[in-house]
Amino acid sequence: MRKMKESKTKKTIIKLENVWKIYTMGHVEVPALRGLDIEIKEGEFVALMGPSGSGKSTSMNMVGCLDIPTKGRIFLAGKNISHMTESELAQIRGRKIGFIFQQFNLIPTLTALENVALPMIFQNTTKEQRMERAEELLNLVGLGDRINHKPSEMSGGQQQRVAIARSLANDPDVILADEPTGNLDSKTGDSVIDFLTNLHITKGKTIIMVTHDAHVAESAERIELLKDGRIVSTKKGKHHKKHE
Amino acid sequence: MLIDYLKLAVNNLLKRRMRSWLTLIGIFIGIAAVVSLIGLGEGLRIAISSQFNMLGTDTITIQASGVQYGPPGTGVVTPLKQDYVDKIANVDGVDFAIGRLLKTSKVEFNDRATFTVAGSMPSGQHRGDIEERINLKADQGRLLRDGDKYKVLMGSKYDEDDKVFGKLVKVGDTVLIQGKAFEVVGIAKNLGNFLMDYAVIVNEDDMRDIFNDKDTTSIIMVMVKKGADMNNVKEDIEKLLRKERDVKEGEEDFTVELSINAIKTLESTLFAVQLFVYIIAGISIVVGGIGIMNTMYTAVVERTKEIGILKSIGARNEDIFLLFFIESGLLGFSGGLAGAIIGVILAKTLAFIGAMQLGTDLIHADIAWWLITGALSFSFLIGCVAGITPAWRASRLHPVDALRYAK
Ligand SMILES: Nc1ncnc2c1ncn2[C@@H]1O[C@H](COP(=O)(O)OP(=O)(O)O)[C@@H](O)[C@H]1O
Ligand SMILES: [Mg+2]
Repeated sequence: MRKMKESKTKKTIIKLENVWKIYTMGHVEVPALRGLDIEIKEGEFVALMGPSGSGKSTSMNMVGCLDIPTKGRIFLAGKNISHMTESELAQIRGRKIGFIFQQFNLIPTLTALENVALPMIFQNTTKEQRMERAEELLNLVGLGDRINHKPSEMSGGQQQRVAIARSLANDPDVILADEPTGNLDSKTGDSVIDFLTNLHITKGKTIIMVTHDAHVAESAERIELLKDGRIVSTKKGKHHKKHE
Repeated sequence: MLIDYLKLAVNNLLKRRMRSWLTLIGIFIGIAAVVSLIGLGEGLRIAISSQFNMLGTDTITIQASGVQYGPPGTGVVTPLKQDYVDKIANVDGVDFAIGRLLKTSKVEFNDRATFTVAGSMPSGQHRGDIEERINLKADQGRLLRDGDKYKVLMGSKYDEDDKVFGKLVKVGDTVLIQGKAFEVVGIAKNLGNFLMDYAVIVNEDDMRDIFNDKDTTSIIMVMVKKGADMNNVKEDIEKLLRKERDVKEGEEDFTVELSINAIKTLESTLFAVQLFVYIIAGISIVVGGIGIMNTMYTAVVERTKEIGILKSIGARNEDIFLLFFIESGLLGFSGGLAGAIIGVILAKTLAFIGAMQLGTDLIHADIAWWLITGALSFSFLIGCVAGITPAWRASRLHPVDALRYAK
């Protein structure tokens, strides 16, 4: 396990410079991002808030190497990823990024263990390593007794914990959570947020979390407010370090 | 790595709905047809040709026929005359000619009746020639002799198959042929020939008696001298018969056939049948391939979101392609496996039925290992080929669009 990072010597891990994303639907151009600038340090926990359609998911997809910007530059760990090929993006995405989605997005035909092990298949990890690590991660999220359950046999909260475990499979530097509590009741949602906070503290993961919920956003160190594809304000969260 | 993809593909296949298995019917039928046909293949060919081979390759067979240019079944058949036999025997190059009567007759025994072919045996030296030609031997009792009156040699089946009369026929029994009592003097050895093994054989005089037929013959077998040109002899016989029967060239109401040609005709008929089955099998397999392609396209659409998820956790385009490609190959393989199993069962069953009917073990179902592995590899290949474009399409899906896809 990695040691907690010293907060004083933080390096920039993600940087977006004047990022534009314009979707074309038929003949209509929909600008989802209009010159987004944002900088995130290694080990930071940032919440992204903003009204629906303000470009939160779009910016997450850019950072997560799922898409490239129409204009502008994106740096991930010092590398410019804004012009990379799909194959290069997939490579970086698999190793450096862990996604958590509102819809959980587990593979319904696979068990919890297989779902968590899946990202490692694409990184040529041996079967023994995969199974060992997947089990370890499921234990970490408190699902050690559910490893052979299918997603349909688990509650929403449990599914989201499997998704968290999966996001950690390749030990990524950055966790991107797009409305991770959006489909959960507030109590289950809180426990999911606790897991994320814990990851941030104990493993030093950089976390970007999109949320609608101001209460949820408070768990982050920093809250960025997005509107019409631009950052309109930044404030500090009430984040305080837990001791466990 | 590849084994993991294989496992994922198997997992996906097992989750598939009935509908996608139905599209495998094409591959299934095609492979079943090919496996059973090749499995039977040689055995079937040998078994059928052997029915004719006993004639040898130096024989000419003459039969009466309808007018050749009319549609089949039209025109009255004028039977061959017995006195042609001696005339044909005098044709250059002919060693000897034998006329035989073959007639469908009513045979009764144990108060039951059946209709079967009665064949005549010529008397004198030609009796031995015929016996030698068709390899006729007595299994029980003896063969017919000159001077036998109302004696019959029964085909081998009457001693093997008690369904015909409700009980087996033994040497010494009396059977009725066309209402006349005949004493059974012998049972022939099994010839492996369906028609001959159910036939009854009597002397020519008795045959003419019971059918009241003094001067016709059903078939004339001509043995050609060594070194004589078969085709010249054939032409001379045709010329002779045209004169005898007063018909013009091209309007013959008889056929003069070289045994070698008969065998060739049979083989080419068999070949045509095989070709036909292969074509049907080929079409089925192509249709099956299109079916697989279709369900794979459907699967790509149905699993768009899943593809998005896989990409979000680091699957490259190549990985997605391989996943769908392998799944498609396995789909073809499954169809081929089912087809191969049914094909083997079909071949074995046909060989068994054939052996029962013909009383011969000539028809084997030889299922070689290369046939099975070939069929399975081929169906896997068909699946793979059918999967190329769907897998390509799956691999090219944009991750964000795929993730946003709602069913
Ligand atoms: N793939 C797409 N095609 C067309 N328009 C899109 C696409 N993705 C997002 N948009 C549009 O871009 C804008 C921002 O979307 P999104 O980033 O999903 O917003 P948020 O996550 O903040 O709700 C919206 O107007 C949305 O309709
Ligand atoms: Mg969104």
